[in-house]
Amino acid sequence: MEEEIYQRRGRIFDVQRYSIHDGPGIRTILFLKGCFLRCRWCCNPESQSYEIQQMTLGGKTKTVGRDVTVRELIDEAAMDRIYFERSGGGITLSGGECLAQPEFTEGILRAAHEYGITTAIETTGFAPREVLDRVIPHVDYVLMDVKHMDCGKHAAFTGKPNDQILANAKYIASIARSLTIRTPVIPNFNDTPAEIAAISRFAASLPGVTEHHLLPYHRLGQDKYAGIGRNYTLSHLVPPSESEMQRLKAAAESAAPKLKIQIGG
Amino acid sequence: MSEIKFVLKKSPRIQKLVDDLFAKMPEVEADRAELVTESYRQTEDLPIVKRRSAAFRHILENIPIVIRPGELIVGSNSIAPRGCQTFPEYSFEWLEKEYDTLATREADPFYISPETVERLKRVHPYWKGKTNSDLAAAYMGEEVLDIFLNHGMFTVGNYFYNGIGHVNVNYAKVIAIGYEGFIAEAKEKLAALTLTDPGYLRKRHFLEAVIESCEAVIGYAKRYSALARKEASECRDPERRAELLTIADNCDRVPAKGAQNFWQACQSFWFVQQLLQCESSGHSISPGRFDQYMYPYFKADHDRGLISYEQAQELLDCIWVKLNDLNKVRDAGSADGFAGYGLFQNLIVGGQNPDGTDATNDLSYMCMEAQMHVRLPQPSLSIRVWNLTPHSLLVKAASVTREGLGVPAYYNDEVIIPTLMANGATLEEARDYCIIGCVEPQVPHKTDGWHDAAFFNMCRPLELVFSNGMDEGKQIGPRTGEVTEMKTFEEFYNAYLAQMDFFIKALVLADNAVDMAHPVRCPLPFQSCMVDDCMERGKTMQEGGAHYNFTGPQGFGIANVADSLLAIKTLVFDEKKISMADYKQALADNFGEGFGEKKSRELTVKIACDLEKQGKPVSAEQIRKIYEVLRENSTVSEEQKAKYRRLLDMIEALPKYGNDIPEVDAFARKVGEIYTAPLMQYRNPRGGKFQAGLYPVSANVPLGYQTGATPDGRLAYTPVADGIGPMAGRDTKGPTATATSAARLNHYQASNGTLFNQKFHPSALAGEAALDKFVAYLRGYFDQKGMHVQYNVVSRETLLDAQAHPEQYKGLVVRVAGYSALFTTLSRSLQDDIISRTEQRGV
Repeated sequence: MEEEIYQRRGRIFDVQRYSIHDGPGIRTILFLKGCFLRCRWCCNPESQSYEIQQMTLGGKTKTVGRDVTVRELIDEAAMDRIYFERSGGGITLSGGECLAQPEFTEGILRAAHEYGITTAIETTGFAPREVLDRVIPHVDYVLMDVKHMDCGKHAAFTGKPNDQILANAKYIASIARSLTIRTPVIPNFNDTPAEIAAISRFAASLPGVTEHHLLPYHRLGQDKYAGIGRNYTLSHLVPPSESEMQRLKAAAESAAPKLKIQIGG
Repeated sequence: MSEIKFVLKKSPRIQKLVDDLFAKMPEVEADRAELVTESYRQTEDLPIVKRRSAAFRHILENIPIVIRPGELIVGSNSIAPRGCQTFPEYSFEWLEKEYDTLATREADPFYISPETVERLKRVHPYWKGKTNSDLAAAYMGEEVLDIFLNHGMFTVGNYFYNGIGHVNVNYAKVIAIGYEGFIAEAKEKLAALTLTDPGYLRKRHFLEAVIESCEAVIGYAKRYSALARKEASECRDPERRAELLTIADNCDRVPAKGAQNFWQACQSFWFVQQLLQCESSGHSISPGRFDQYMYPYFKADHDRGLISYEQAQELLDCIWVKLNDLNKVRDAGSADGFAGYGLFQNLIVGGQNPDGTDATNDLSYMCMEAQMHVRLPQPSLSIRVWNLTPHSLLVKAASVTREGLGVPAYYNDEVIIPTLMANGATLEEARDYCIIGCVEPQVPHKTDGWHDAAFFNMCRPLELVFSNGMDEGKQIGPRTGEVTEMKTFEEFYNAYLAQMDFFIKALVLADNAVDMAHPVRCPLPFQSCMVDDCMERGKTMQEGGAHYNFTGPQGFGIANVADSLLAIKTLVFDEKKISMADYKQALADNFGEGFGEKKSRELTVKIACDLEKQGKPVSAEQIRKIYEVLRENSTVSEEQKAKYRRLLDMIEALPKYGNDIPEVDAFARKVGEIYTAPLMQYRNPRGGKFQAGLYPVSANVPLGYQTGATPDGRLAYTPVADGIGPMAGRDTKGPTATATSAARLNHYQASNGTLFNQKFHPSALAGEAALDKFVAYLRGYFDQKGMHVQYNVVSRETLLDAQAHPEQYKGLVVRVAGYSALFTTLSRSLQDDIISRTEQRGV
């Protein structure tokens, strides 16, 4: 492959090895910095801005964000390749939004394939069509969020309307090797059976989609908001209980009997 | 997602046996000590090997016996459940010092009744100057004895105070032909001896001792048969009566003759296992490839419809309970090093047949299931892994790992087989290997491995580089030069090599001294007759009768030494950020940190006593002051303390072993070889080689307690790194990175075994897909030629401790919700949440 690909630069903020709940097998997750959306529950608030930031956690301040070349990152990402091979795992690009750095993302994905490593992305699906054309052909597993079917509510909680996202979901379904729809279940936003069922029906309408994952809201990122000088607006929320999740799962199953509905990633 | 195979029903009998076993604190009994003394008094004119068999017979004819309620497999060394006998012929003085503290000590307490103390006091005077330990001390000489007993460089205490154990015998042969078969063989060999053979007398005495020992065991089983018949005649429950009558028939038959069915095979196995631990106090009597030699008996019964899987499982479960019924009282120091009443009876399943085909059978799975049913520390269950190990066996093993019992331990055939061959085994023998004790591989029933010959603390010679060979005001090591005058890292490194070389040689001498004492004072004819080639050679194992002989002392502290040397190299020599004099002072000042409560108390007492001795009595107020100074390290100024904190930050920022950094890991490998390579050239009195292991059992804690601050930032008297793993809290890249680093050490050269522990939270293994991924993870470590790994699936207490000391748990993985995370990176509230979840799940 041409050397140019390996020289591309991008901005990441973390590399997490031994991830076993984000796609098949044992995976290494590469967190890219910068996102188009501003979801209020986001568990990685330091991922949203493209700018390099300082974050203070537990009294220690660290720099969030570093610029790397594809070559540097793929060598780091490939360190677990023996575990990928044994488990059917690989790398997952997360974020942030990897589609916000399309050249870099394309570079990592192509480099991974050249190394014999399978690829996955976790995406909001919010991107221009030409970015999808550039990136999706190099992805083995697309994990895409559909957060709400109502455009206004979507915009109120994420900062963007959902029309382009829904259209992109259809397009990705038509060109991706594998697409799974995921929904973060957020109290007061989308945690009614009707809202979840609507998303499941939509997911079922997408060609080739066989699974819909419901990810219960959690407060993992709460401390990080203060760490970057922001206010966490959802501190009143209580994570959904196991029984509520089961109820939503049942609603999803009856709305989309052909899909496998799963709680958690 | 894989299904878990062989999930079998647990019979109600099993929980009852377990509950009875743990109803009381274990107890020390005096019968064996009395009987062995009685016998020794009467046999002073006999050759030692005959005295041993006479004593063994006397014990087995007279020691009280018991059948515990509901048992299907019988035979106990003590009347009290989990009780133990003592072995004054090895050593007894430590026990006399501990009569009052035995029941209250921190590690492995035992109850000892006033009556037992009286009985022991009556027999102990006989042994003064006559023990194995006395002779070993005399052989060792004062200088090395002092290094071993008073300076904590290494300890050879295990075999100095106790029997050797650490053996796998030919269980299969006993089960097949019985001890009558052994007696016949010994008689044949006796008849074939030539009077003029210079070894004639030795061989004759040995073979006669074998015959006497085997007869004693047969007689002992008959006592059980009679007891079972008596209890049957008094039993009103017809079901239990029938069981007792079968037990009586079984004990009549085995181990005198070959077993005729699976139940008898189990009973025969048990008498061997139990009585090896009555002949000698050695631990790590390892059943080895139990699933292999027991399977034919199970299969024959099952094929004929005589036994169901559930019935066979119940018998296995009964053996698992019995393995926890045996116990051993050790001196307080050793108890710290082997904490948890460990007997290390290693039982291994799976692996290969001598012809290179896969050996897995139904019993391989059912042994795992027994561990699930019984949920006790014994046996030390192990599993062999190779390319053709069925995935389903590993999933079964992973499901046991998930239970948090710390078992099974996983062993890599792809490393161990070539390692054994490099040490002289044939390919067929090497494929048949088993594990002894903790992690030590050997050719079964042909090896006297002397596997736990010593613990060697690799951090201590590093301390002596800073003191120019001085310890506690005494020149115990070589003078390697004043450390502050060293100009290059090479000079410093060579000084460490010189200190290591000196103490490794002292260790070899200490081990060989102990080795020479055993054949003179405590040869073991019963054990020896079941290990090749003792019968052929007419020698006990202690005299070198085994086909393969080794001495395996363990080194530990690789992570600390590697991180320390790199810190010195970088900060003092490469970047010149601190002078050697300042570094030396920082170590002497314990980086400005106070000592722990326990150590501060201990040091206060010592200082007060020293002052008293010098005629300067101290008041209670002064004692309190001394304690506070130690506790806070308050002689170090605040300014100095701030400087030390900056030094600790600099040290912390350096790359550390355990994070998949190839250069750092390569250096750690070299550090390990400083210990493992020189040992290979030394030989023992049995004609075998030394072979190093790299593991501390739990000695990294007590021996760390005797070790000052180290340049890697480890504080004085705190634990040294566990096994071959990184120092606690220094691996921050997750479990795959840590495993990859560990695999980079020279496992082939540490042929006495390496030990790699990893911590997981149960939630990280929740769900069937997680088991498949866990198996893949294990395979990944083994693909990189790691030798051994075991998983500590951590409990709630550990999580609480992780909250209190997050710096020590940076690598701890927990499953949070739909994902896993490093526990210490989570918010306090979420941590609390996970802890409460663990609680809710309970058992």
